[in-house]
Amino acid sequence: MGELHEKYLRMNKMPHIWCAGCGNGIIMGAFITAIDRLGYDKDEVAAVSGIGCSGRITGYLDFNTIHTTHGRALAFATGIKLTKPRLKVFVFMGDGDAVAIGGNHLIHACRRNLDMTAVIFNNHIYGMTGGQFSPTTFKNKSATTAPYGTTDPDFDIAQLCIGAGATYVARGTSYHARLLTDLIVKGAEHPGFSVIEVITHCPVNFGRRNNFESPAQMLLWQKEHGVAARKAKAMPLEDMEGKFTIGELYRSTEIPEYLEEYGRVIQAANEEKQP
Amino acid sequence: MAEAKLLSGNDACVQGALAAGVRFFAGYPITPSTEIANAFARELPGRGGIFMQMEDEIASMGAIIGASCTGTKAVTATSGPGFSLMQENIGYAAVAEIPCVIINVMRYGPSTGLPTSPSQGDFMQTRWGPHGDHPVIVIAPYTAREAYRETGRAVNLSERYRVPVIVLMDEILGHLRERVEFRDEDLVQEINRKGPDPDSTFLPYEYTEDGVPPFANFGTGYRYHITGLIHDETGFPTNNPVEVDRIMRRVNEKIELHRRDIARTQFVEVDDADILVVAFGSVARSAHEAVRTLRQEGKAVGMVRPVTVWPFPDEDIRKAAAGKKAVIVPEMNLGQMVREVERVVAGTVPVHALNRIDGLLITPQEMRDLIEDIQ
Ligand SMILES: Cc1ncc(C[n+]2csc(CCOP(=O)(O)OP(=O)(O)O)c2C)c(N)n1
Ligand code: SF4
Ligand SMILES: [Mg+2]
Repeated sequence: MGELHEKYLRMNKMPHIWCAGCGNGIIMGAFITAIDRLGYDKDEVAAVSGIGCSGRITGYLDFNTIHTTHGRALAFATGIKLTKPRLKVFVFMGDGDAVAIGGNHLIHACRRNLDMTAVIFNNHIYGMTGGQFSPTTFKNKSATTAPYGTTDPDFDIAQLCIGAGATYVARGTSYHARLLTDLIVKGAEHPGFSVIEVITHCPVNFGRRNNFESPAQMLLWQKEHGVAARKAKAMPLEDMEGKFTIGELYRSTEIPEYLEEYGRVIQAANEEKQP
Repeated sequence: MAEAKLLSGNDACVQGALAAGVRFFAGYPITPSTEIANAFARELPGRGGIFMQMEDEIASMGAIIGASCTGTKAVTATSGPGFSLMQENIGYAAVAEIPCVIINVMRYGPSTGLPTSPSQGDFMQTRWGPHGDHPVIVIAPYTAREAYRETGRAVNLSERYRVPVIVLMDEILGHLRERVEFRDEDLVQEINRKGPDPDSTFLPYEYTEDGVPPFANFGTGYRYHITGLIHDETGFPTNNPVEVDRIMRRVNEKIELHRRDIARTQFVEVDDADILVVAFGSVARSAHEAVRTLRQEGKAVGMVRPVTVWPFPDEDIRKAAAGKKAVIVPEMNLGQMVREVERVVAGTVPVHALNRIDGLLITPQEMRDLIEDIQ
């Protein structure tokens, strides 16, 4: 790992701002391992992030990086990818970032199927602003804006993206780091819009308030509640109660990639220009 | 050149942008700017460009900033409600210093307002829409011919000074079709942002003599960081008060430093005038007509028209107003530019506001009536 850090991280920006025990560092490690496996040239990678603890990842990655506005990372990334399709574009978002303020951009990015890879850090809370509930906080949890417990139903990010038309959807965790690397590699190689939801932990603003004594306990929770998608298929529904599937959840190669489709527009425009 | 065309203001904006090298447009339909999106959708794919209809104006603004990061000249167009939605990302472009152009075809507001009626109610919003002190350039054409040339100039200024530039149109100008005869001076040249010097180390937000750091396009071998957090010259966040002060002064002051290149003001029969009209956009068409007819009647009336409305042409207005009997500021709002004029003349000349907020253009006759009253 040390070697990969030297190769892909801006070591002069260390130490990072994340709290001790935060899951974000694990995701960053899984990501650079994936990049190394993919063999991408650092100059050819663009990393785009929103605002939140998760959004700070772009400051540490040694690529073309841009830290945008809260919820809008996918919009910026769309402009980058469309105008320089050669770049490998990765978009990092938090749960609030991706499905609250940025929910509209997320579903439309899924629908368009432009070849980018989104990595969503789902820690079920607004980490950066100090522990307000998010659209993925489960019911009856404690948050600074839910001192009497949350009442809102929660979103299943992966299902939302499948429904909206993403052509590669996977879910990993910060506990299953090796699996996460595999999923990022597959997502990046998939020609179309891919989403990797990462169940991760915020010990400081979620764990402490919700009876987790340590980051390790939160990792253990991920281990115990994440069920491999293949295994889950064979399980009775009631056994999946309160659990979530991990691994590749959906893949389609039938829907054309956005720029491929756009090629038809260019062709039609050029034909019209001919005398 | 001397080529005649029948063009609407909206179409002229598109032609001017294309001539300046724009190859990316992202937008969301809204009256009275929609024809701009329609025209880009038709024009861009055949010129190696991309047209994107985004899910809203926030995304449109984000997409053009992203496109600009790769070195592509990018534009969006909107009107009131959409322009309000764009403000956060316009502020981002201002502080991260990403070139981009926003065409705002003003309609009557606030809120949904009168969607098909003109207004000049966004004059102050174009300057102060985003939160925080920030630089911006705003250009307000008043004919289709000028919409062509000034949109081209807007693209070039955004590239040269790494700043968002707003082309401030209104419903009348956007929809009005007029015969445009392009002459040599209308020729739009393509100006590109300054790139890094290959012989020295690249500092993304370097302090240079001209106040404008070089821009490295994404994917050209310079790996660096862009953020809307206040950053130092390396591009990484800082909250060191000395560095924060230094960069924010540079970012804001670069506009003042280049005011002479950015400014454009039209003077019509100002020198011997007793009464001066200060107007911009389509209201200036009425003002121009009032001046013309009053002059025919031997009345000493002149007009100053800021074409670049922000930075506000303080000196031009001060000089033009000096010694006049009165200054009249007609606007299709409750009085926004008049505040700038009052600030500039600072009590040395009486300033009269003439405001109309019924969704109709101020007529030359209304201006004549006020001028005759004053005389
Ligand atoms: C437009 C806007 N609204 C609100 C905020 C404040 N804000 C910053 S981060 C954040 C939420 C972060 O939560 P999440 O997206 O889940 O990221 P995390 O910090 O948990 O990684 C909020 C509400 C902001 N920066 N911009
Ligand atoms: S607040 Fe939570 S998400 Fe943010 S760095 Fe700390 S532990 Fe991580
Ligand atoms: Mg979160």
